[in-house]
Amino acid sequence: MSAAAQGTSKAAHGDVAPKKKKGPGALATAYLVIYNVVMTAGWLVIAVGLVRAYVARGSYHGLYYSIEKPLKFFQTGALLEILHCAVGIVPSSVVLTGFQVLSRVFLTWAVTHSVREVQSEDSVLLFVTAWTVTEIIRYSFYTFSLLNHLPYLIKWARYTFFILLYPMGVTGELLTIYAALPYVQKTGLYSVTLPNKYNFSFDYYTFLILIMISYIPRKSIGRLHFPLQKSAIRKTGYTG
Amino acid sequence: MDLHLKVEVLDAKTREQLCFLDKVEPHSTIGDIKSLFYKLYPRWYPARQSLTLDPKGKFLRDEEILQSLPVGTTATMYFKDLGPQLGWTTVFFAENIGPLLIYLLFYFRVPYIYSDRCAFTSSPHKVVTMACVCHTFHYLKRLIETIFVHRFSHGSMPLRTIVKNCLYYWGFSAWLAYYINHPLYTPPSYGEVQVHYAMVIFAICEMGNFSIHLSLSHLRGDRSRGRRFPVPSKNPFTWLFFFVSCPNHTYEVGTWVSFSIMTQCLPVAVFTVLGFIQMTVWAKGKHRAYVREFKDYPAVRVAIIPLIL
Repeated sequence: MSAAAQGTSKAAHGDVAPKKKKGPGALATAYLVIYNVVMTAGWLVIAVGLVRAYVARGSYHGLYYSIEKPLKFFQTGALLEILHCAVGIVPSSVVLTGFQVLSRVFLTWAVTHSVREVQSEDSVLLFVTAWTVTEIIRYSFYTFSLLNHLPYLIKWARYTFFILLYPMGVTGELLTIYAALPYVQKTGLYSVTLPNKYNFSFDYYTFLILIMISYIPRKSIGRLHFPLQKSAIRKTGYTG
Repeated sequence: MDLHLKVEVLDAKTREQLCFLDKVEPHSTIGDIKSLFYKLYPRWYPARQSLTLDPKGKFLRDEEILQSLPVGTTATMYFKDLGPQLGWTTVFFAENIGPLLIYLLFYFRVPYIYSDRCAFTSSPHKVVTMACVCHTFHYLKRLIETIFVHRFSHGSMPLRTIVKNCLYYWGFSAWLAYYINHPLYTPPSYGEVQVHYAMVIFAICEMGNFSIHLSLSHLRGDRSRGRRFPVPSKNPFTWLFFFVSCPNHTYEVGTWVSFSIMTQCLPVAVFTVLGFIQMTVWAKGKHRAYVREFKDYPAVRVAIIPLIL
């Protein structure tokens, strides 16, 4: 029952409160509830920020700037989830969770933040919106699960919205990376050329292209995993 | 009274009966059962067979004797196909021949790697040639050891693992060979001194590593005195056994550290770090196995780095 899709999907870890097995203790549960509540609130702030900015400006353009700081803060904060898995209070794979969170953090910092020119692209809005809706649902799902009171609506929303949000997010992410390519090539961003003292080179432009190619296997696996998890839960009832 | 046992082999997944062996000698081994099974199913040679007493249990070793197992007069075993297997010698050979040849492709600057006008040229730096000599020597030594020195315990390894391992070793050697033999390669900051010191350490570690392999091989070969753990001998290189359980790994790390210093190349350092992590995992496992098996195992010994790790 471990993690499903990566990047924009809803399932970073499996269901968080296994009371039948050796679940987290009372203290860990309290901490996790607080963590998930804070994250839900954070992404709600981003959602509200997006809506307010849209209403104020009257257009989709450049909405990134209105939520830049909370986006960076809360998306980066998700790195804690890797720690949760490592320590064992969340029953998910460290590797899988790590891949997903790092993929998001990479897009936030190494692409969107680093390449100023893509920040006004519509593709950024596309993935930010997908992430925002996804995370609000996901974190509230975990919060309720931990409190052993999961409204069916949230569970339904999580698995249903995924169908739209997942491709939306992947598209936004790919288009953003694609938009960044010419600027990376021109400025040699994050690249190291020969000759140098340590006899090493790195071409960030090629690296980004490889990342784009890697979306094909990575996202297909995620696309398949998540519905499987959904049907597994359908059969056993909710496992919260 | 019929002292013979019956053995039935079921498929671990489908529970379908694959074979029923009548009149099996009680002192037959699992290996014997596998041979009999192989006669009925020629595509499943013994190395591919996993036989267990419990569908989810651990596989039975070939040396186990039937009558010492917790079975009644009819032994029920579960069969799983482990997939195509290759012998350890083949595996080691494949893993080591790749880096040897690939590095040479880069050293001789075969066309299409670097720009056209550099094809088949050679580097003006002496260290590049020295590095090639060292790298080639290292892998030749490994190949020779594989054929003449190592005695492998288990029979084989699955094909998938071999592909993965080869990709890793071959890939890394291509990556580091690319930079060392590059037309824009920069020799080490401290020049000849750095290269010479590194070569000395390299030579010591290679000799050390070889000494340990010989020592371990003799230990394996001499079964007459039962199982023993390795101890230092008259050869000074084996004195590292006073401090660590796996000095072969210690020396190997030393080899790659010296190669990193010699070439002052970051990819080599990365390979060294990854190798160190992997070898530490192996050494710790071996160390734990030794401590568990031998009550008189020297307490001062640690796994791989004297007094530290």
